[in-house]
Amino acid sequence: MTSAVSFQKVSRHFGSVRAVDMVDLDIVSGEFFAMLGPSGSGKTTCLRLIAGFEQPTSGSISIFGERAEGVPPYRRNVNTVFQDYALFPHLNVLDNVAYGLMVKGVGKPERQKAAEEALSLVRLPGYGARRPGQLSGGQRQRVALARALVNQPKVLLLDEPLGALDLKLRENMQEELKSLQKALGITFVFVTHDQGEALSMADRVAVFNDGKVMQIGTPEDIYQRPKTRFVADFVGSSNVLPPEFVQRYSGQHRWASLRPESIRIGRAAKGDGVAARLVSTNYLGATTRLALDADGLRLHAIVPAGATLPKEGEAVVLTFNREHLHLMDEPA
Amino acid sequence: MRSDGSSSAPLGLKVAATGGLLFLHLPIFLIFIYAFTTEEKSFAWPPPGLTTQWFAVTWNRPDVWEALSLSVRVAAISTLVALVLGTLCAAAVSRTRFFGRETISLLVILPIALPGIITGIALRSAFSLAEIPFSFWTIVLGHATFCVVVVYNNAVARFRRTSGSMIEASMDLGADGFQTFRHVVLPNIATALLAGGMLAFALSFDEVIVTTFTAGQQQTLPIWMLEELIRPRQRPVTNVVAMVVVLVTLLPILVAYYLTRDGDQIAGSGK
Repeated sequence: MTSAVSFQKVSRHFGSVRAVDMVDLDIVSGEFFAMLGPSGSGKTTCLRLIAGFEQPTSGSISIFGERAEGVPPYRRNVNTVFQDYALFPHLNVLDNVAYGLMVKGVGKPERQKAAEEALSLVRLPGYGARRPGQLSGGQRQRVALARALVNQPKVLLLDEPLGALDLKLRENMQEELKSLQKALGITFVFVTHDQGEALSMADRVAVFNDGKVMQIGTPEDIYQRPKTRFVADFVGSSNVLPPEFVQRYSGQHRWASLRPESIRIGRAAKGDGVAARLVSTNYLGATTRLALDADGLRLHAIVPAGATLPKEGEAVVLTFNREHLHLMDEPA
Repeated sequence: MRSDGSSSAPLGLKVAATGGLLFLHLPIFLIFIYAFTTEEKSFAWPPPGLTTQWFAVTWNRPDVWEALSLSVRVAAISTLVALVLGTLCAAAVSRTRFFGRETISLLVILPIALPGIITGIALRSAFSLAEIPFSFWTIVLGHATFCVVVVYNNAVARFRRTSGSMIEASMDLGADGFQTFRHVVLPNIATALLAGGMLAFALSFDEVIVTTFTAGQQQTLPIWMLEELIRPRQRPVTNVVAMVVVLVTLLPILVAYYLTRDGDQIAGSGK
């Protein structure tokens, strides 16, 4: 497996702010890699470090084995799809897409042909003569994608590209991006704050917080086996259980996570389990989300819709399979 | 824009508006009339007779040509200086954050807010302190102080409306700094620069106060006109010059107006 992008102890400080702090990353060639984290967690700065818009304060970055520090953006075989698309308003769609080839000195007929092909790839054939202003948000997004892909980059960077789209369009684009990535075999590095998006699209996910990488792994790893309280809480809102609580059930004084769907609800005074009180129910369609209070510890459970539920305020007993209790690395 | 364009304003308002417009433009029309008068010593109304002889007289007056040529050269060079400096300054202020940015922005705009007489006196004493002889270039320097402002204001407004990631996108797609400027930055600010440049040219062309302090023996067109009004001979020559200047400057102003109007549409379409 070739390494597409590799970060070794990379830091980027803005004054006293450590936007990126000693990050080690290894993005494998041909994979769909997501950088997930809340805003200000350093994921976008990492993307800009790969693109060359930022230079690391310390550490080293290599792209396909070549050192990237000091190499300007226009000499990197890396292209970006910007969050606001950044299409050139004074050029029509075809010239926008052909821009990268134009500045490289590719002849007009050749670059227009390549641009047409790229537009077909993103399912916008024949849109070349329009101005960016005449397109919808989803169409601009596709033009931005075509404009990046026409240069045949080794790595494609996507900075929250679906953030401005409505839900339906976003779901369509997620599938489309995924299949496009498979078909082209280009390494995609995708920045998002939407955990669902990261889990559904990526081969591997890096979870960022406070400029540090908290965990890197497959979506299953991240979701089922979070290493820290932050990952458990941020990715899929797992229940984070304190060491005292965990000790009673596993014998170990460690932090643990328990997925909301692993909790079963029973009537009070029926078998052993965690005594709790149902605080509220939240109907979500396919499932119902319950907020519970177990002696001051706030827990969430997800049950399939249609299950008979106790009333709000009623005492209940919570049970769960001990195998589902995931012990975390975080020190107690 | 109101959709009910057909609804009529009250009569009083119409009269007042017409009166206002007439007050603004009737004097200019009078200037035109006096260019054709046969009376050369005073502006008598109505003109005793009409003639076109003053056009020929004006054409043959070398002092008119000298003043006109000086004014055009000063305005052209000042505008050029303003275009370069104003654009650079606007780019710095709108593209980067640095200590004292707001102060610099204010200091750049100040010359146009200051009374011309202050700029004039300040420059004059500075020039004599530095022992710079008054010349064509001292006039250009004086004019550039306020020409920079109008270019700067136009450019800064356009830069603020242009998405910052466009420049990064261009670099990302393989364009170096020069290519990015030529293919992305310039096309996006061109109409703003044209409008700013034309305004700067017009400001410089009719400037009197700063010029009187920074010029030596040279006469720009407005100063020539002032001198001419005091002299009692061939008065209509001034009117002929005025008329030509109005006609010649009106065209570029109309062009600038249409260009920036289209420019707004282009800049707005990216949103």
